[in-house]
Amino acid sequence: MTETDRAPRPLRALTIAMFKGFVRDRMTLFWAVVFPLMFLVLFGGIFTDQGASRAEVLVVGDVALIDDLPDEAREGIEEALEITRSDDLDDAVERVRKGDADAVLTQDGDEVVVQYSQADQVTAAQVQGTLRAIVQETNTAVYQGQTGEAPRFALSTEQVEDDSLKAIQYVTPSLLGWAVAMSATFGAAVNLVVWRKNGLLRRLRLAPIRTSSVVLARVGVSLVVALIQAAIFIGLGVFAFGLQLSGWWFLAVPLLLAGTLSFLSIGMLAGSVSKTDEGAVGLANFVVLPMAFLSGSFFPLDGAPGWLQAVSQALPLRHLNDGMLDVMVRGEGPGAIVLPILILLGFTVVLAAIAARLFRWDA
Amino acid sequence: MGARISVQGLTMTYGSHTVVDDVSFTVEPGEFFGLLGPNGAGKTTALEMIEGLRKPVAGTVDIDGHDPWKREPALQRRIGVQLQASSFFERLTAVEQLQTFGAIYGVGKARIADLLEEVGLSDKADSQVEKLSGGQKQRLSIACALVHDPEIVFLDEPTAALDPQARRNLWDVLRGINDAGRTVMLTTHYMEEAEILCDRVAIIDSGRLLEMDTPQALIRGLDVPTRIALAPDAARLDDLRTIPGVEVATADDGGLQLETHDPAAVLAELARREALEGLSVSKGTLEDVFLHLTGREYRA
Repeated sequence: MTETDRAPRPLRALTIAMFKGFVRDRMTLFWAVVFPLMFLVLFGGIFTDQGASRAEVLVVGDVALIDDLPDEAREGIEEALEITRSDDLDDAVERVRKGDADAVLTQDGDEVVVQYSQADQVTAAQVQGTLRAIVQETNTAVYQGQTGEAPRFALSTEQVEDDSLKAIQYVTPSLLGWAVAMSATFGAAVNLVVWRKNGLLRRLRLAPIRTSSVVLARVGVSLVVALIQAAIFIGLGVFAFGLQLSGWWFLAVPLLLAGTLSFLSIGMLAGSVSKTDEGAVGLANFVVLPMAFLSGSFFPLDGAPGWLQAVSQALPLRHLNDGMLDVMVRGEGPGAIVLPILILLGFTVVLAAIAARLFRWDA
Repeated sequence: MGARISVQGLTMTYGSHTVVDDVSFTVEPGEFFGLLGPNGAGKTTALEMIEGLRKPVAGTVDIDGHDPWKREPALQRRIGVQLQASSFFERLTAVEQLQTFGAIYGVGKARIADLLEEVGLSDKADSQVEKLSGGQKQRLSIACALVHDPEIVFLDEPTAALDPQARRNLWDVLRGINDAGRTVMLTTHYMEEAEILCDRVAIIDSGRLLEMDTPQALIRGLDVPTRIALAPDAARLDDLRTIPGVEVATADDGGLQLETHDPAAVLAELARREALEGLSVSKGTLEDVFLHLTGREYRA
């Protein structure tokens, strides 16, 4: 009988072998980690600069709303608006029309008039929101002054930023979702095809291990890779691009794990129907790239038509992205991850069942 | 050590095409058994059914009382398989491949250095499989099949696609596997390989077992004449035809060829006539057996 030196550890051995195979493959590392990071740097860089530039508001004539503000309130406003004086109303409006300035502010009696261009909706919204807040605060202050209480000028511009998340706040969770979707899908698909093609699956079938060990090893490797991706993305976002995480951000971890499972099952499906690794990569790309666009990984879907929104609800990445945005930057709590996780696990069960039916040991 | 493999009425069909047709044989413990036949003869399919990779359409496989198709871990630990393809974990070194297979079977790292030595890969221990040559990959895959010291070893075309020198080197390794008392079953389309390595050979063509015996007995059983070749100017063809025992004498650009069933007498007469220039003598080979059995030339 065979001499047994120690307890067989097939799951551990397979996981280690798979992980080594992954980290030694420069191409896979590039596509799974470096490529999505390039997008983060690109998007983070481009839109962070844009987000930092303040809206330029031209004030024509006497505008008591601005002129009478106390110093600390003015500082608050100037974080969001760059206020410039102008004497010529027509010239000011023309500058807004050309896009050199964002809005013109005048006051006619008690009415404050804002003229802005719809060309840049985000900035327009920012200007409107800020000014509306000032008007409200001022009204309250006047009212409180009449009732004898101390007027409080506590002007906050957060309201405006929250309505449309700063770019890095949006792209970090969304691009992370895409990165995890890519590495999990490609990893499973290529792994399955390569092992089937080179006969390793058949070889393992004749070894004293369960089929589930092979699958679980892949799951383990992909989960670890997803966590590494999350650490890199969030670390880079926070330290290089000023990403501000809200309190429950670490709930992104269970979301990512559930997401990884559903992308793994997509990958298994692609790997089961593909004959070559090139075919598996192509199929995975064909699924993941449109899914990333439709799930808002690259840009928000707020402006997309209704039918596109509906399609997007049928994609697991959409639910992962929504959940991660909620807990990482929108300040929502544990309640926000329950539904996305259930949906992601549902995708996993259905897709894995189909993949298992189509699974083949042999080429 | 060693196990008995009993195959009864083994049959496999793909649609209406019968790939393995009612094949029966028994491999004794410690025997080196070869399935010999041209490509597409059904050897690999037969071996895969015996290993437990395919379920036979009809017939049974019995390895020491176990059905390999049931994938019983206890039986799988006694079996070592080397598949036709180079089935490795990508980007792992030779040592890591063996460690991984070892851990799957629950054996420690102690044997790994010895195994690499045994297959002549000690200097490639830390090379990734992608960097190994064809012959080195074959050696490594044999080492992977032996990592848990199995009683039975299945080798599917272990020397396919190797150059003649690498093939001969590998034969020493394969002999060593069997010397340790293991039952070894090998498929090959190289006649010479089967003749040199195997205790017994089953000749398979178009899915059917044509003949089975020791290589020597198979050749002896044939009434194949001994061929004697001479240099073109060693003698005159007409003179050679007069030698008693010479059945056929022909000449071509390569020289003179004689066929005889009494080589001793013919050679003695050639020596007496001092007509031995460029002499070479060849007796029958398994190729002759194949030709005899199928009526057509053997083409691997």
